[in-house]
Amino acid sequence: MAVVGRACLIIAFVVSIYGVGAAIHGARPGNRRFAESARRSVYAIAGLVTFSFAILEGAFLTSNFSFVTVVTHSSTTTPFFYKAAAAWSSQEGSLLLWAFLLSVWSSVVLTITRNRLRDVTPYATAVLLGFATFFLGLLVFTNSPFDTVAGPAPVEGSGLNPLLRHPSMMTHPIALYSGYTLAAVPFAFAIGALIARRIDAEWIAATRRFALGSWLALGIGLLLGARWSYVELGWGGYWAWDPVENAALLPWLTATALIHSIQIQEKRGMLKIWNVSLTLATGTLAIVGTFLVRSGILDSIHAFVEQGNEIAWLFTGLICVMCAGSIALVVSRRALLASENRIEALLSREAVFLMNNLVLVALTFVVFWGTFFPLISEALTGEKHALGPPWFGKYIVPLTIILAVLSGIGPVLSWRRATGLNARRNFAIPILLAGAAVVVSLALGGGRSLGAELMFAACAFLLGCVGQEFWRGTRARRAMSGEALPVALVSLVRRNRRRYGGYLVHAGVALLFVGIAASSAFQHVITPTLQVGQTAHVGGYAIHYDRPTGTITTKGGRLERINLGSDLTVRQGGKVVTRLHTERGYYPTDDSSLGVVSRYFEGEQTSEVGLKAGARRDIWTVVSPDTDPLRPIISQGDKVFGDAKNLPPSMGAALLGQAIRGIVNRYERNPPPAQFRFIVSPLVSWIWFGALVILFGGAISIWPPPGGATRRVRARYLARVGRESAATTS
Amino acid sequence: MDPSRKRRIRLGVALSTAVLLAAALVYTSFSASSEAVKPSQLVAQAVPGRNYHLTGKVVNGSIRHDGGVTWFKVRDRDATTSAKAVEIRYTGSVPDPFANGREVIVDVKKGTAGDYIGAPDSLITKCPSKFSAKTKQT
Amino acid sequence: MEVILIILALAVVVWVVSGPLRRAERPEAASAARRAGLQAAKEAKYREIRDAELDWRTGKLSERDYREQDRRLRAEAVEILRELDELD
Repeated sequence: MAVVGRACLIIAFVVSIYGVGAAIHGARPGNRRFAESARRSVYAIAGLVTFSFAILEGAFLTSNFSFVTVVTHSSTTTPFFYKAAAAWSSQEGSLLLWAFLLSVWSSVVLTITRNRLRDVTPYATAVLLGFATFFLGLLVFTNSPFDTVAGPAPVEGSGLNPLLRHPSMMTHPIALYSGYTLAAVPFAFAIGALIARRIDAEWIAATRRFALGSWLALGIGLLLGARWSYVELGWGGYWAWDPVENAALLPWLTATALIHSIQIQEKRGMLKIWNVSLTLATGTLAIVGTFLVRSGILDSIHAFVEQGNEIAWLFTGLICVMCAGSIALVVSRRALLASENRIEALLSREAVFLMNNLVLVALTFVVFWGTFFPLISEALTGEKHALGPPWFGKYIVPLTIILAVLSGIGPVLSWRRATGLNARRNFAIPILLAGAAVVVSLALGGGRSLGAELMFAACAFLLGCVGQEFWRGTRARRAMSGEALPVALVSLVRRNRRRYGGYLVHAGVALLFVGIAASSAFQHVITPTLQVGQTAHVGGYAIHYDRPTGTITTKGGRLERINLGSDLTVRQGGKVVTRLHTERGYYPTDDSSLGVVSRYFEGEQTSEVGLKAGARRDIWTVVSPDTDPLRPIISQGDKVFGDAKNLPPSMGAALLGQAIRGIVNRYERNPPPAQFRFIVSPLVSWIWFGALVILFGGAISIWPPPGGATRRVRARYLARVGRESAATTS
Repeated sequence: MDPSRKRRIRLGVALSTAVLLAAALVYTSFSASSEAVKPSQLVAQAVPGRNYHLTGKVVNGSIRHDGGVTWFKVRDRDATTSAKAVEIRYTGSVPDPFANGREVIVDVKKGTAGDYIGAPDSLITKCPSKFSAKTKQT
Repeated sequence: MEVILIILALAVVVWVVSGPLRRAERPEAASAARRAGLQAAKEAKYREIRDAELDWRTGKLSERDYREQDRRLRAEAVEILRELDELD
């Protein structure tokens, strides 16, 4: 079946080249059928790539070790769930996932727009097929997922890195790649609209949904990655300013700016150059992000591939083409992109939105500079220099505080020119709330961090503005319709999804920022070494090491993992707050240079985090057991089993199991002091909750209004406008 | 003041702010950054007291735990021997994938006694590429 | 077996992709693009009118400012409707 998979990719590659030509030819009037053929090419490619992907998944799920990628990334003991995810844990598999998602999203978009943007869509199709050609080319010529093992298939595979055995592995790559591929859609339509000279209301309305979709998907991907890092990895953080993390943040920042400046073009016909540039930048940054993850060009914890592979050069070429093409197009069409209006007053929504966008672009620039600094410094000075989280924090913190304040001000002002007196009245309560927040947090001991204080004030202001908007809107709705308050709120949001979905997103952002500020500035971390029965004190809590634990996890009769851990009791003021359990998992390795027993202690290790999350604070624990005292027995075991080579395998396996059981029991009976990491972090849960609110608000904003409602509204306005025009003409 | 003059002033203010921010960014990035080096470079040219961003591979068998301190040796990624390996004294969180032969990134400073001290909690271990347990080099 | 699958896939793809090419070209009104653009502009303008009303009701605009904006927006909407009518 590997041959079938490969053949499908080759056919898809050829079809995509045809499609590019057909689409460009179909853009000319009278050649509509070529444009339609190009659209069907996209569908055909989607079908072929889906089929290939299914073949690859099938190989993983059936542990077909004749596939090279299956043998190197999976094993018979890998749980079913993670066998499926292992398909995209390899370079080839993840490229196939990218191609699959690109073809699926392209098909969806082209179906939705098949009767719209008639002169733009053929060019957009050509660009999307261009991307498909690139990725399919990689899959066919340099990174085939369908390479087969020479000779007979091995009986067992290497297995999936246990660090990746987390549910997020199923969803985080898909969400992120959906974000990246969805960013290609507005990019393609921007290129198309520029070529066809149609930067108008229809284009901007379509772009808005695509940009929102990409923004949502990228946001979900970033959130899942942060959450995974926090609950699965042994360092207790959720963001490290790692190049690959930053790579996904960059297009998300430009997409955020785009979503806001789109509104200005819709309302006032301004910022067309901004919109086009932001759209092109988002698409390009999405490709840059993919490139960073897959090329190993920057030192990162997400180093999935060895450095210096040929993919890096091919990606660089694609990015250069995208940049050069974008700039050339924008410059040549600049007359078309002239603003229809000007900003009339600083105290207006568009002025604040513009400032907002400037801050977002500044944030993008800071993150970009910090991420690529090793390459920039090497190019400029010959020495490679790296920047760490403190440098990022220095700029990100003040910029995000300003962003929070502007996000509160913007929606409260009206378009064109806000009435000054009204504005002053409207900001009274939010400013009061900001003051109250400062007082409260100072009382709670937050005075140590100026940045956090300012952020609390800014976010309280923002929440005050958003709350006020919901309150006034609900009241206005009730005045018009007489509905009860809760009903009025629901129908208010239903009728104004974009506005109130957006307000909800702002509220979520405020909660997210507060969570980040509090957990960064007021975290308590200690790394004590504790004997059983000892207590450590951190952040006002007393953590007591109750007892050690030792268990063995088996699967299908085979030993999957040895777990050495600790039971802990957390007390505050003498009262028990919670009981925590944390352990370290030791996976066996099949490294034959090690002794038989050593193999079970020298393989991959994972931390099982002991976490008590709460609305006010999280208590986070991991343990690093000291296995050195066990070494003498382990070496003894190695020797015994090494000498006894002529044991029948079943007997050998049973004895080995007993030996390991014995070693684990010894750890439990006679535990050496273990090293712990305890973190007490305030308001971490606000981050996850805020993120959910953001996503919920985004979903509301992107949801199309029910067709019936639009027609009714349209008809009503048509009638009123018609009466008016009759009045003026008669 | 007529509108176009107001606009030009606003543009001027915006541009100046942008230029100032960019200048601050560039200046602080060069002064706040630490040089990214390989172990062989560190051995050859490290200045005591300066921060370095070291990348390399953990030398097999060099890991020692001593209370809260972890000792390990780092060699160049493509070195065939551990001759020019650097021994690091590190305190702080040790990532789960940290093991023999793994690629690591750690911030280090050369102490006055010629030893290398790792900055607390700065150790990063790269996710191994093929997820295979076979790491049989030096 | 595998060869059959490949040939089948190829056949389906060729049939799907060449479908439109085998049909005659459908003539299209030259003004279709312009009409679509105007329709989108009309929708956007209606949304603006509603937003302005909501701004007034939630206290962001004074009554006087609102009336002025509303009048201006409606006039712009009438203009778009007129252009749409002209296309027919």
